Amino acid sequence: MNRVSTISGRAIPFGRKNVDTDVIIAAEWLKTISREGLGEGAFASIRAEPGNIFDEPAFAGAPILIAGDNFGCGSSREHAAWALLDMGITAVIAPGFSDIFASNAFKNGILSVTLPQEQIDRLMEVAQTDPITVDLETQTVTTPFQDRFTFEIDPFRKTCLTEGLDEIGLTLARDEAIGTYETRQAAQMPWLAKGIAA
Amino acid sequence: MANNSNPGKPRTLYEKIWDAHVVETREDGTSLIFIDRHLVHEVTSPQAFESLRMAGRKVRRPDLTLAVPDHNLPTTARLDADGKRIPIADAQSAAQLAALEANAPAFGIRYIDASAAEQGIVHVVGPEQGFSLPGSTIVCGDSHTAAHGGVGALAFGIGTSEVEHVLATQTLQLKRSKTLEVVVDGALGIGVTPKDLILHIIGEIGTAGGTGYVIEYRGKVFEEMSIEGRLTVCNMSIEAGARAGLVAPDEKTFAYLAGRPLAPKGADWDAALAWWRSLPSDPGALFDKSVRIDAGDIQPTVTWGTSPEDVVPIGGKVPDPASFADPSKQAAAAKSLDYMGLTPGQLLSEVPVENIFIGSCTNSRIEDLRSAAHVLRGRHKADTVKWAIVVPGSGLVKMQAEEEGLDKIFTDAGFEWREPGCSACLGMNPDKVPPGERCASTSNRNFVGRQGPGARTHLMSPAMAAAAAVAGHLTDVRDLPT
Repeated sequence: MNRVSTISGRAIPFGRKNVDTDVIIAAEWLKTISREGLGEGAFASIRAEPGNIFDEPAFAGAPILIAGDNFGCGSSREHAAWALLDMGITAVIAPGFSDIFASNAFKNGILSVTLPQEQIDRLMEVAQTDPITVDLETQTVTTPFQDRFTFEIDPFRKTCLTEGLDEIGLTLARDEAIGTYETRQAAQMPWLAKGIAA
Repeated sequence: MANNSNPGKPRTLYEKIWDAHVVETREDGTSLIFIDRHLVHEVTSPQAFESLRMAGRKVRRPDLTLAVPDHNLPTTARLDADGKRIPIADAQSAAQLAALEANAPAFGIRYIDASAAEQGIVHVVGPEQGFSLPGSTIVCGDSHTAAHGGVGALAFGIGTSEVEHVLATQTLQLKRSKTLEVVVDGALGIGVTPKDLILHIIGEIGTAGGTGYVIEYRGKVFEEMSIEGRLTVCNMSIEAGARAGLVAPDEKTFAYLAGRPLAPKGADWDAALAWWRSLPSDPGALFDKSVRIDAGDIQPTVTWGTSPEDVVPIGGKVPDPASFADPSKQAAAAKSLDYMGLTPGQLLSEVPVENIFIGSCTNSRIEDLRSAAHVLRGRHKADTVKWAIVVPGSGLVKMQAEEEGLDKIFTDAGFEWREPGCSACLGMNPDKVPPGERCASTSNRNFVGRQGPGARTHLMSPAMAAAAAVAGHLTDVRDLPT
C-alpha cells in the first residue's frame, strides 16, 4: 500500500447522501480483470447530468471528494475504490461511510474521513473556491480560513496508512497463531475444520 | 471453542460465533478472525488471484473455499444440442469466466462449472450444498453474503483486497460490530411474505440504520419462518447498512441441512448439532440497539424510489418530497421521482410495468418460484408486459421446479424460463431492463442504473411480481381472485 500523509488540493463539493457503489461505478465496468482505468466510468450516471460537478474544469484532478452521509452503500465492489483512485481521489470526507466501502478504501490507501454534517457543510462552502488539506498525522482537516476540524481514525488503520504496510504480510507473520487456532478447531469443531477437500 | 472472555455473562448469537473464531486480539481491539467458509465468484476474485500470483503466495485453505460463476453468465442455454459449451459473446465476460476457471484449479480450489446442475448464485449454492453451516464464519466478495445468516452463520461481504487476505491467510482483521436486534412478533398476514417484511424493516431502520451493526432477527415471525424465508430476510440486511444479519439456528435449520452434500455426516453431525444448539442468544443477553415491529402492521410492500428504504405498502401513494422532514431527503426524493418518472400522490397500484424479473439471490429459491407460480397458474401476463423472465437460483432449483411443473406454468403465462445466475439483478450480463422502462423485480436493489442504464426498478416479492405481470401494473396480489 502507498504511504499516506498529507492530502492537499481542491475538493469536489459533491455532498450527495446515500451514494451507492453502483453509482460510483456501474456493473458494466466490473467485467474487468484489472484494477486500472476505472476512473473513466466513475459516476457515469451523474456525469450524464448537464453541469455536473465532476466535469467542472476547476475540479479536474481534485484529490479530495466531499460527500453526504452513508457514502459507498450497497455493493461490496472494490472497483468503487479503484475508480476513485483512478480519478486521482485519495481522501473522501463524509458524515458517514458504509462499513464495506470504508474497508475497501483503507485497503487502497484512500483516507475516509468522518466529520459531523455542520463541518461538512462548511467544507462544502470552502471547496467551491479554495483548497482543503487533510493531514493524517495530526488527524485534521484544515482550510485557508483557519477552519481546523479533527477526525478519529482506527489506530491500526492509521499505522498501516502512515507506514504503507502490507496487511497480508502482517497477517502472514502471525502464521503460528493461525496454525494453533486450526489445530484447536480440528480437535473441537472437526466438522468445520474438515472443509470440503475433494 | 467456548472461548468466552467473561464466563457467565449472557451472550448474543453474534458474540458466541465471534468468540469461537478469535485467533488473537491485539491491544487496539482489532481481532484476527478465522474464516470457515469462503465463496468465490468470477467478478471480485481475478485481481485477488493475480496479486497472490505476483507475490508468490498460496491459498492457505483451498479446502475451505468454493468457487462458482454467477454474476455475468448469460442465462440463455449454456450447452448446444451436442452438449458442447456455447461461448459467451461478450469478450470481457468470457475472459472473467476463463480467469476463474483457470484460477480455481491452479490454486487447488473446488470449482462448480457453469454447466453443472449444482451451479447457481453463490448465495443459493452455499446453503443448498450444506457448505454454509450454523455458527460458521462465511465470507464472499459480494455484499449479499449476509444471506447465509439465514442458517445462523456469521456471513458478510468483503472487497477484493479482503478476498485476497482470506485466500492467503484464512483470516480477516476485524473489529467487533455492535449488535442490533430486530424483533418481530405476531404473524404475517395472508399474501405478506418475508420479502415484504424485510422491505418494511429497511423502511423502518433506513439504509444507514444498521451501519456498524450485525442484526439478529428475533421473535415469533422468524421462528415460524422457513429457512428460505430467513435467507431472503438476512440477504437484504446490507440494504439496511448492516454487514451481516442472523437468525438463530433451530430444528428447522438442522432439518434443512441434514443430508446436504457438504454438510457434516455421522459423528461430526452429532457433534455439530450439540454445538449448534448452544448458539442461540442467552436469555438476558444485551443488544446495543433494539427495534420492535408488529408483523400485523405489514402489508405487501413495494419500493417507489432509488434506495431500498423508499418503501410503501401497495395500497399507498408515491410520497411528496416535501413530506420529508430532512431537506437532503427532500432533494433526494425529488431526484428519485424524476428518475423513476413518478409524480407525488400517484397510487402505486396505478404504476404500469413493462418488465418482470423473478430471480436473484434474494428470491430465486424453490419456495419463491412456487409462490410466483401459484399466482400465475391459469393466468397470462398482460400484453403490455414486454419482457418477463424467471431465473432459478441454481440448476438444482431449476430441476426441482421442472419436476413440479412450475416451468410450464411460467411459460404458459408468457414468461421465459432461464438458466441460473444473477441475471437482471445487476446489469452486468445480457439481462437488462431498457432505459426508461419499469421493472417489477424480486431483486434487492433499486439503485439508479442497477438493472441497466436508465432502468426503473420496483422491488417486491415473487407473488407481487407475478401479480404485476398479470395486471400489467403494480397491484395488490391479494386483490387477484383465487
